[in-house]
Amino acid sequence: MAEANTPLLSLRGLTRRFGGLTAVDGMDLDLAKGGLVSIIGPNGAGKTTLFNLVTGLDRPDAGEVRFEGQDITGLSPERLAGGGIARTFQLGRVFGNLSVMDNVLIGAHTRLRAVKPAVPVIGPLLELGLALLRPASVKAEEERLREDVKAILARFGERLLPRIDQPAYSLSYANRRRVEIARALALKPRLLLLDEPTAGMNPSETAEMQALVAELKAEGLTILLIEHKLEMVMRLSDRVIVMDEGMKIAEGPGEEVRNDPKVIEAYLGHGLSGGAEQESAA
Amino acid sequence: MSSWLDYTINGLIVGNVYALVAVGLALIFGVSRLINFAQGSIYLVGAYIGWVAVVQLHTPLPLTIIFVAVVAALVGLIIERFGLRPLQNSVRIAPLLATIGISFVLDQLVMLTFSPNPRALPSQLPDVRFQVGGGTIGPLDLLIAGVGLSSALLLFVFLRYTKLGWAVRAASQDRDAAMQMGVDVNRVNQTVFGIAAALGGVSGLLVGMYYNQIDTAMSLQATLKGVVAEVVGGAGNVPGAVIGSLLLGLVESYGVAVFGTSYRNLFAFLLLVVVLVLRPNGLFASARQAPPEPLTGTFIAPSRPVRIPRWALAAAVAAFAILPLLPVSFYVLQTLINAWLLGMLALSLTLVAGTIGQVSLGHAALLAIGAYTSALLSLTLYVPVGLAIIAGGLMSAALGTILISPSFRLRGHYVSIATLAIGEIVSLVILNWESVTRGPIGISGIPPLSLFGFDLISPTSVYWFSFAVMVVLALLQARLLGSHLGRSFRAIRDDDIAARAYGLSLNRYKSLAFIFGGFAAGVSGGIAAHLYSYINHETFNTQQSILALTVVILGGLGNVVGAIVGAVALVGLPEIFRVAAEYRILIYGIVLLLLVRFRPQGLLGTI
Repeated sequence: MAEANTPLLSLRGLTRRFGGLTAVDGMDLDLAKGGLVSIIGPNGAGKTTLFNLVTGLDRPDAGEVRFEGQDITGLSPERLAGGGIARTFQLGRVFGNLSVMDNVLIGAHTRLRAVKPAVPVIGPLLELGLALLRPASVKAEEERLREDVKAILARFGERLLPRIDQPAYSLSYANRRRVEIARALALKPRLLLLDEPTAGMNPSETAEMQALVAELKAEGLTILLIEHKLEMVMRLSDRVIVMDEGMKIAEGPGEEVRNDPKVIEAYLGHGLSGGAEQESAA
Repeated sequence: MSSWLDYTINGLIVGNVYALVAVGLALIFGVSRLINFAQGSIYLVGAYIGWVAVVQLHTPLPLTIIFVAVVAALVGLIIERFGLRPLQNSVRIAPLLATIGISFVLDQLVMLTFSPNPRALPSQLPDVRFQVGGGTIGPLDLLIAGVGLSSALLLFVFLRYTKLGWAVRAASQDRDAAMQMGVDVNRVNQTVFGIAAALGGVSGLLVGMYYNQIDTAMSLQATLKGVVAEVVGGAGNVPGAVIGSLLLGLVESYGVAVFGTSYRNLFAFLLLVVVLVLRPNGLFASARQAPPEPLTGTFIAPSRPVRIPRWALAAAVAAFAILPLLPVSFYVLQTLINAWLLGMLALSLTLVAGTIGQVSLGHAALLAIGAYTSALLSLTLYVPVGLAIIAGGLMSAALGTILISPSFRLRGHYVSIATLAIGEIVSLVILNWESVTRGPIGISGIPPLSLFGFDLISPTSVYWFSFAVMVVLALLQARLLGSHLGRSFRAIRDDDIAARAYGLSLNRYKSLAFIFGGFAAGVSGGIAAHLYSYINHETFNTQQSILALTVVILGGLGNVVGAIVGAVALVGLPEIFRVAAEYRILIYGIVLLLLVRFRPQGLLGTI
C-alpha cells in the first residue's frame, strides 16, 4: 500500500525530444489523490506531449512517471488504461462509425470480466468463444455496462441521451467532446486527464462543462486538466502549472500564477513583459 | 569466384530495372501518400508498346525508347486526370483501391489486344559479351545501366534546378503549405505521374529485351518488386528507392545463386516483410518519429447501413434453400455454388478489411492453406472429408494469423503491401516445399466432398452443403459483430490510438479477427479443393484476393449480408449475361473503379 501522502501521480525530470526540438524538458509534477491540477501555456508549449507521455502513447527520452508510487514509465497505453488512467484528446477522437452507446462502452472495455477471463495463453480464444456463445454471465455484464453508460450519459442532460444510437460522426463538435468525456468516465478512472474539454464550446456550453468537472472533483476524482479558458482554470484548480517551450515556468495557486511576470511574458511576448512587471509591482 | 561477379553484375542490372519502377512509385508516394498499384500495368503497357515499335514499326532503338516513354507518360497522365484526381477529397483508402482497379483494367485491355500468349521482344542490340574481370557483360546490360543512371541524373537535375522540380519537392514535404504558397498541386501530380509512367514504361521495354520475352503476367510482378524496393528504401524517398532497388536486385541474385531460380521472389518478399517489421519507415528513415496524426473517420466512408428486416433475410435464405427442388439447370446451381464459395471468402475479408480495417490483398493465401491442409489430410491420412475441411479452416486460422501478425503494427496502405507480400510468400512456399505440397505438380485425385460417409457428388447436394456452410458462417459472424468484439474491432478500425488508450490491445483483437476470418476462408478453400479434385500453387492467386475485395466493397465494408450479395452479384451477373471469361476481370476492375468513385460505402453500406 502506498502511504497516505504519496501523490497519485508524480513526474520527475520528464523529457521528450523530437529531433532538435525538446517538446517536454525536465518536467516535475505532483498530483495528490482527489486533487485537480491545471496545465496552461501557449500553443506548442508541450502540454499534449506531456499527456501522451503520461498515458503511454509516447515514450520519454528521460525521466520517470510514477502512479500510486509505482514506476509506470514507458508502459503501453493498454496497460495504463487497465490501471485506471483515462484521457480525452485535444482533437476529439471519437470512433466515428460507432454509435454514442458503443463509443462509451469502449470506455468500459477494461472493466469487462465475464467475457475476458484472465487465463494466460488461451485467454483470447476463450474471449472469442464467450463472445459467440454469450452465456448468462456475459449477457448480464453487458446489460450492467449499458445501464452504467446510460447513467453517465444522463450527466450531460439531454445532450447525448436522445442521440444514443446515432453514429458519432453525425454529432456536433461539442457533443463529440462530451462523448469523449463520457467514454473516459466509463472506465471508472482513478486519474482523469482532460485535454482542452471546452475547446470550440460557446460560453453556456463551457459553463455546463465547468459544472461537470467541478462535480467530478467533488466526487473525489483526481484530474489533470489542460485548458486555455483561464476563468475555468482559476475556479477549479488546486494548483496551476504554466508551461512554455517544454519547461515549467511557474507553479502555484491560480491567483499567484496569474500575476507571475514570467507567465505574462510567455503569453504576451517580451515587449510587454516590462510593463507587466511594473504593473504587478505597483 | 567468377560466377559471383556474374551474379553481382546481374543483381545490379536487375536492380537498375527495379529502380526505374521504384523511383516512380517513390515520387508518387512523396507527393500524394499513395502506393500506385497501377505502376506495373504501365510497365506492361511499355513492354507491349515497345513490341509494336520494334516488331511492327521497325523503329531504331533510340526512337523506340522515346516512343515508349511518351506513350507511357500519356497513360500516366490519363490515370492521374480521370482515375485519381476526382478522388482527392475521398477517404484515404479510395485512391489505393482505384489504382488496383485501374491496374486490372489496363492489364486486361493489354491481354485482350495482344492475347495472353508470350511474345518475343528482340533486343535490337548485337549479341556479344565482353570479359570484365572474371565475369561477362553484354551491350544490353550497359544500356540498362546507362538508362538507369541517366534517368536518375535527369531526375536529380529536374528536382533540384527547375521550378517545377522545386514545386514537386515542396508538395512532397508539406502539401498544404505548398498549396498555400501558390504551388499548383494538380500540375505537380500530373508531372509526377507523367515522369513515373515514362520511367515505368521504359523499364518494361528494357526487361522485355533483357529476357527476350514479354507476357501479361509481368504487370503484377513488376508492381510487387517496385513496391518492395520502394518500401525497403523508405516510402517516398527517391534516392532510397534507388538503393532499395539495387539491394533487392543483389539479394535476389545471390538467393538464386544459392537456392535456385524458383526462390527469386521468395527472397524479395521476405526482404519486404523483414524491413516492414524491423524498420517500417524504410532502411534510411530516422528510427523515431512524432506520433502519427489522427485518422478518425477518414479511412473508410462513414455511412448508414441499409437495414434489411429479419423476415426478408429468412425468406431469402429459404428461397435459395429450396431452389434445387425447382426446375433449374445444373448450370445455375454450379454458378451459385461458386458464389457461395466466394461468399465465404468475402465474409472473411469483410471482417478483416471492413470491420477491423486491415485491407488484406493476400486473402487467397488463406484459401490455399485451407485447401492444401484439407486435401493432404484426406489423401494421405484418410481423414474423413468433413473433418478435413474443418481442420483446413483451423489450420488457416492458426497459420494465417501467425503469418499475418507481422503486419499488425502497420497501418493503412502498408497493411495492404504486407498482406500482399505474405500472400505471395505462401504461394511460393507451396511451390518450393515439394516434399509436402508436391511443388509445381500440384495435388490431384483429391476425394470428393462427403459427409458422414455419404459422398456429395450431385450438384444439388454440393449446392446444399456449401450454402448451409456459408449461412452458418454468416450467422456466426453476425453474432460476433453484435458482441463486445464487434464494437472493439470497429473501434480499432476507426481510431487505433484512441482504442489503445482505452485498453484495447491491437495484437489481441487483430489476431482474433484473423482467427475468425481465417477459419471461414480456410473452410471455403477446403470445400473448393474437394470440389475441384486438383489444386496447385496457382489455384488461389492474387486475382482471387482482388475479386474478393471488390465483392466486399460492392456489398459494403464489414457488412455480412453485403458480402454475400456482392458475391452473388459478381459471380452470378456475368454468368447470366454470358459474359466471356476474358472480359470478366475487366468488368471487375471497372466495377471497383465506379464503386470507389460513386458509392464508396457499397450497396448496403459500411457497418
